[in-house]
Amino acid sequence: MLQKDILVIGAGPAGLAASIEAGKLGASVLLVDLNMQPGGQLFKQIHKFFGSSAHRSGTRGYDIGKQLLTEANEANVEIWMQSTVIGIFPGNKIAIEKGFDDGKKEIITLQANKIIIATGASENAIRFKGWTTPGVMGAGAAQTMINVNHVKPGQKIVMLGTGNVGLIVSYQLMQAGCDVVTLVDAAPKIGGYAVHAAKICRAGVPIRLQHTIIEAIKGTDGCVSGCVIAKVDEHFQPIPGTEETIDCDTITLAAGLKPTMDLVKLAGCELTYNGVFGGYIPLHNERMETSCKGVYVAGDTTGVEEANTALEEGKIAGISAAEDLGLISSETAGQYRKEIWERLHALRLGPFGEKRMVEKEAIMKQYKEKIGAPEPIL
Amino acid sequence: MVTELADDMIVCRCEEVTVGEIKNAIHEGARDIVGVKRRTRAGMGLCQGRTCEKLVQQLLVQELHIPPNEAGSSSARPPVRPVTFGELAKGEVI
Repeated sequence: MLQKDILVIGAGPAGLAASIEAGKLGASVLLVDLNMQPGGQLFKQIHKFFGSSAHRSGTRGYDIGKQLLTEANEANVEIWMQSTVIGIFPGNKIAIEKGFDDGKKEIITLQANKIIIATGASENAIRFKGWTTPGVMGAGAAQTMINVNHVKPGQKIVMLGTGNVGLIVSYQLMQAGCDVVTLVDAAPKIGGYAVHAAKICRAGVPIRLQHTIIEAIKGTDGCVSGCVIAKVDEHFQPIPGTEETIDCDTITLAAGLKPTMDLVKLAGCELTYNGVFGGYIPLHNERMETSCKGVYVAGDTTGVEEANTALEEGKIAGISAAEDLGLISSETAGQYRKEIWERLHALRLGPFGEKRMVEKEAIMKQYKEKIGAPEPIL
Repeated sequence: MVTELADDMIVCRCEEVTVGEIKNAIHEGARDIVGVKRRTRAGMGLCQGRTCEKLVQQLLVQELHIPPNEAGSSSARPPVRPVTFGELAKGEVI
């Protein structure tokens, strides 16, 4: 059985940051990810990031991704792509389906002293009549198609949702040459940043608030050929008589994300429900350790946020794992964590961030009351 | 959200479970996501509930008038992603 100091699951911003920190401190780190390329969602982010210079504002997501890959190589992080963790067992034993370049797959077993779970989040689906018709897809899926695979998902798009994902992906679909017909949102105001919404408005694309999609129309080829939207009342119920048919071949859903929890559940980590963060999440402390000793979490798995917060949480997880391996003194680790938490506080300010800061603190308080000291995986 | 959904609308696409079947399961006593899963197979398919779990949750919330956390969450068992028997057989016994 293979032996590693730390197994990091998920090579997005959180997993990469965790691997880099732990690798730099001398830990043997294996980073596994089921995708073809490392970087998670970063390589889809062709827009410039916001925030302070400490958070690489003004840099495009894929450039941050490239920089992280270089740093991971310098920190001697071993990366297995197309490799999927299929089981976590007592004694920190892990089964991985390792993928090879020739398409072959093999089950490899590994014992890791510490495990960092950074498996991200997945898109929420929305039900309406015909939602399973080909041509209805997640906004993130459409973004992968245009920015990673360079394939247009369709010609005429209707976007459901005006959060940042809905706004940014709509604009990128336009840049890719798609005709974004309209954006629809049941809420009375735009969910995302005004700067993103302004780009959509300047391009002359209507944003219909207090509207929702009630049906995807199936064409003769079996795929989406249009959709029916309607105005909604204050209880988000469609108002009869306000239906409008829109010609489109693709409907993209930007209805939020939920943390990917299967490995956290397998490890037996205590969960808590949090609506702000997208559903069930693992209870964790300020060291990003879960209720299971030696199992840490970072990024969207701990609650859906942004790449910047994922990077910072990943660093904390990497430092804490290295500390628990005895590679760094608790004093130095504590000092690093303090600095990172200050940056996280700065990121969790403002109308979008503050709610998350309050919830994060509540989660950590809950951890202290319920868990106290973490227990090994049983 | 639209509360009145046609009974023939698919919720779990992997196992082709409809709104009507899930409502039936709830009326037969399912009280959470695991209860619905055991009765209908919703969430037992290829994607292991990644798409439908939230939709099943919404139906439970709507039918039972409970907060979403009470709908619970599906359990996870290895292998959490599909693998072939051939690969499993060749793997080391942990």
